[in-house]
Amino acid sequence: MVFAKPPVILSSYSVVGPKEGQGPLGKTFDKVWEDELNGEKSWEVAESKMLQEAMNGAINQASVPKEQIDFMLAGDLLNQIISSNFAARQMALPFIGLYGACSTMALGIAVGSMLIDGGFAQKVLVGVSSHHDTAERQYRLPTEQGAQRAMSAQWTVTGAGSVLLGSDGAGPRVTSATIGRVIDFAVKDVNNMGAAMAPAVADTILNHFNDRQLRPVDYNLIASGDLGAVGLALACELLKQSGMDMGTNFTDCGVMIYDESQDTHSGASGCGCSSVVLAGDILQRIKAGELKRVMLVGSGALHSPTSALQGESIPGIGHAVVIEG
Amino acid sequence: MADQTLKKPLLSVTAEKYQTLIKQYTPKPTIIKNVVRAFIVGGIICSIGQIFINLFSSFGLARVEASTAATATMIFLGALLTGLGVYDEIGKFGGAGSIVPVTGFANSIVAPAMEFKREGYVMGVGAKLFTVAGPVLVYGIATSIVVGFVYFLLH
Repeated sequence: MVFAKPPVILSSYSVVGPKEGQGPLGKTFDKVWEDELNGEKSWEVAESKMLQEAMNGAINQASVPKEQIDFMLAGDLLNQIISSNFAARQMALPFIGLYGACSTMALGIAVGSMLIDGGFAQKVLVGVSSHHDTAERQYRLPTEQGAQRAMSAQWTVTGAGSVLLGSDGAGPRVTSATIGRVIDFAVKDVNNMGAAMAPAVADTILNHFNDRQLRPVDYNLIASGDLGAVGLALACELLKQSGMDMGTNFTDCGVMIYDESQDTHSGASGCGCSSVVLAGDILQRIKAGELKRVMLVGSGALHSPTSALQGESIPGIGHAVVIEG
Repeated sequence: MADQTLKKPLLSVTAEKYQTLIKQYTPKPTIIKNVVRAFIVGGIICSIGQIFINLFSSFGLARVEASTAATATMIFLGALLTGLGVYDEIGKFGGAGSIVPVTGFANSIVAPAMEFKREGYVMGVGAKLFTVAGPVLVYGIATSIVVGFVYFLLH
């Protein structure tokens, strides 16, 4: 879909944990926590506080009175999206909870832009979060368990990112979006989520270019959400075999956020991953004029620990949003 | 006439063909490195256990009692290192070398205990204590019952 009156990204704010702060993009984040609990009594509470901090940060940066915000769109990875629900309790804004697994940031920006372009809202606040420790305990093993991770495994980002969308004002604009289909290529390995999501991302990218009659070279940067190194290579190969050469501008937020020495194996994952890379690095580079037209393809693995144990494969999804400086 | 059919999937790769692509692009587990590390770490842990057995024997404990006391000491050390947040680092390095010895068992009990304390002592620690070690206990005990029964019949 193409927005008739493209919504503006008025402000953005990112909060991350210590590991992300030490990564190659460390300097691009607005706030880096010193530890992953930040003085709270549990990781879940910490994650919710992190989301609030990111959302309040975005509001403050735009100096918009909170009363002018029509909707808050938020999501995270925990059961019943509790981090978002509890953050919404404090924010006291009309709230729409979203679940798109790790693709939620792109989904939120797409839905928020639809609300604004459709005339239902003037200002929409979008925010998502993920936390390494809350995700580990829900999806995998207790964090102090001594076990080795697979080479294709990814590290859930501790981070929350938020953007404030407005109907008018100055800043980068969301010009178009492509809502993805759920694609399942029968990948059952929960330690290889990049492989599970790659076909969905590839499908969305193909659909986007088909609909818009554009080519990858028309974009300065095409970033998938959290495919990791393995998923990115697979997505490239899938697209190549489907007749689309992605060129050199195709990368992945999950590859960008950590470096090799941080021992994350295949890179990063989690809602936080694409949201903080977008709110930090990408939007800063757009504002600096370095990037003109960027596509973010949020990637999500739509499984649960229960579905995986019952032998179901992992359905993937990819949502694309295009941001122009 | 307009095309009324659903949009065809654009990907020209089938799910079956994708499985071979995954194999090609997914890095292989570093088996030789892991095996060597497991051998070294497991060996070190067992050597420490042996040191305790010898130590307790020199205090005058009988062989069986000395090894029981050494096992208890190793469990304590495993639990302590888990509590200090060191054992998961050892586990990452040593793999099976640090999972198989009794210290690994202590780790698999203490880790969930620490993790789920925030959900309370009954539904948290109580209910989740054996999430990792549970299957080992269930099938370990079941196997020992079967073996014991066979042993009983044979003698």
